[in-house]
Amino acid sequence: MLTRTLPRFGSRRSLRVFERNLTVYRSQWLMLISGFFEPLFYLLSIGLGLNHLVGPLRVGGHVVSYATFVAPGMLATSAMNGAMIDTIFNTFFRLKISHSYDAILSTPLDVTDVALGEVWWALARAGAYGASFIVCMVLLGDAGSAWVALCWPAAILTSLTFSAIGLAACTYVRSWQDFDLVTLVQLPIFLFSATFFPISLYPHWLGAIVAISPLYQSAALLRGLSLGVFQWVMLGRIAYLVVLALVGLRVAANRFRRILVP
Amino acid sequence: MTEPILQARDLVKRFGEFNAVDGVSFSVDPGESFGFLGPNGAGKTSTMRMISAVSQPTAGSLSVFGLDPRTHGPEIRGRIGVVPQEDTLELELSVRLNLEMFGRYFDIPRAILRERAIDLLAFTQLSERADDRVEDLSGGMKRRLTIARALINQPEILILDEPTTGLDPQARHLLWDRLYRLKREGVTLIITTHYMDEAEQLCDRLVVMDHGTIVASGTPRELITHHSTREVVELRFNTDSHDGYHDRLAPFAQRLEVLPDRVLLYVDEGDETLRRIHEHQITPMSALVRRSSLEDVFLRLTGRTLVD
Repeated sequence: MLTRTLPRFGSRRSLRVFERNLTVYRSQWLMLISGFFEPLFYLLSIGLGLNHLVGPLRVGGHVVSYATFVAPGMLATSAMNGAMIDTIFNTFFRLKISHSYDAILSTPLDVTDVALGEVWWALARAGAYGASFIVCMVLLGDAGSAWVALCWPAAILTSLTFSAIGLAACTYVRSWQDFDLVTLVQLPIFLFSATFFPISLYPHWLGAIVAISPLYQSAALLRGLSLGVFQWVMLGRIAYLVVLALVGLRVAANRFRRILVP
Repeated sequence: MTEPILQARDLVKRFGEFNAVDGVSFSVDPGESFGFLGPNGAGKTSTMRMISAVSQPTAGSLSVFGLDPRTHGPEIRGRIGVVPQEDTLELELSVRLNLEMFGRYFDIPRAILRERAIDLLAFTQLSERADDRVEDLSGGMKRRLTIARALINQPEILILDEPTTGLDPQARHLLWDRLYRLKREGVTLIITTHYMDEAEQLCDRLVVMDHGTIVASGTPRELITHHSTREVVELRFNTDSHDGYHDRLAPFAQRLEVLPDRVLLYVDEGDETLRRIHEHQITPMSALVRRSSLEDVFLRLTGRTLVD
């Protein structure tokens, strides 16, 4: 019934796409496990290493260690990378190389189910990796406060936003060569989004540009939550990420339809 | 009178300004095997995609199991099997998992899928490769696995888009044999092909498509009777150009075709024609009398010019 009343949003059949991804990744368990080690690598390399070189910082009236300052930024980065790699590379593979989606569309599932199924998958993956990252933060003493638990839904939102952007972007990828362009965009976002240092260090004009970056918005949101510093602007950051996610999903669904069922 | 399982009237598929399918009508009875013949770009695949409720018709009416694909897509797709032109297998999964995972899209319980997978792998002679990765299979094996996969939901209609393109003769015959068996079990087969022998082997009835329209339809024998003669005489002469023989040979045949390397005479009695040609002191380097085939019909209807 749901399919007939709400055809644009997919149906419970979308869960089969989630099941498909789980089946495929189970045979690649090493890749799945590596996602859980990633937070340790991030936190240990940048957090521990730089913590001794960089002194404590003042953030919103709190004085915190550099490791505590940088950990939410790393969480945001990890959410972005995970989401982008999974959607851009793997979805491109399913869409244009293995044609898995073409096969799926000859079954009762339709395009909206496929798109929604990929979103379920992105959310579940983000939930698992986000939780393991936050647990590592707590264990290493990098959590600013007990409010760090709120970083979990915020990290999932971050993943959703980047998954939506990635899903939309991958439909424009023509060949493996185009992935260089993806790196070309992703790297500056990673380096300039004020994930390693406060945005106040930038000249004013650059700070305004950086504010456009969803990674900056996410890192700032996560940082506030981790430290338990709540500001109204954080609602704006959430809204920004939600809007980007919705726009990305809309574009992705249209492009999927155009490519798969012309 | 049984109701047709599939019926199309004035079906159109338009991409921008281009009519890929330009008003075709046909109907298929349950248990029939029905073929779509035509050169590349004739509109066969676009027609298949509309029948399988994947792409929406631009105009015209289409009914599958008495249902409209525009409104009952999921229901129709649940009852058909599709063997696409290009293999779309999950390269990262094993042969067995390809079948079991695909069955899940139809909401079939895992326990039933496990049993069906075993049966289908035996049916397509892939039991020994059940746990191998799909990447390691040969082209023929992948094709058989694609057919096994299309059968996982026990479809009432099986749609095959150029099922044997690119296969060696052994693999083709094995596939044909399996398709015969399915037909005997009552599965309706819809086949597109540009192999005439395949169409003659498999199809009860067929249509010939060209430029998005149906240019002829009937049983293979009817098509040959209507659009060709009973026999064809192929003559080769020791010459650089066969053009000069057109006028001399024309009186002997109902229709005559001069190709760069030979002359084709469409006649009812090949041996008799050949005897009369010899009586008239015309001596070809080689002569062959053969029965007319669908290929002759096909070339007559769609021309000899390369279409891609």
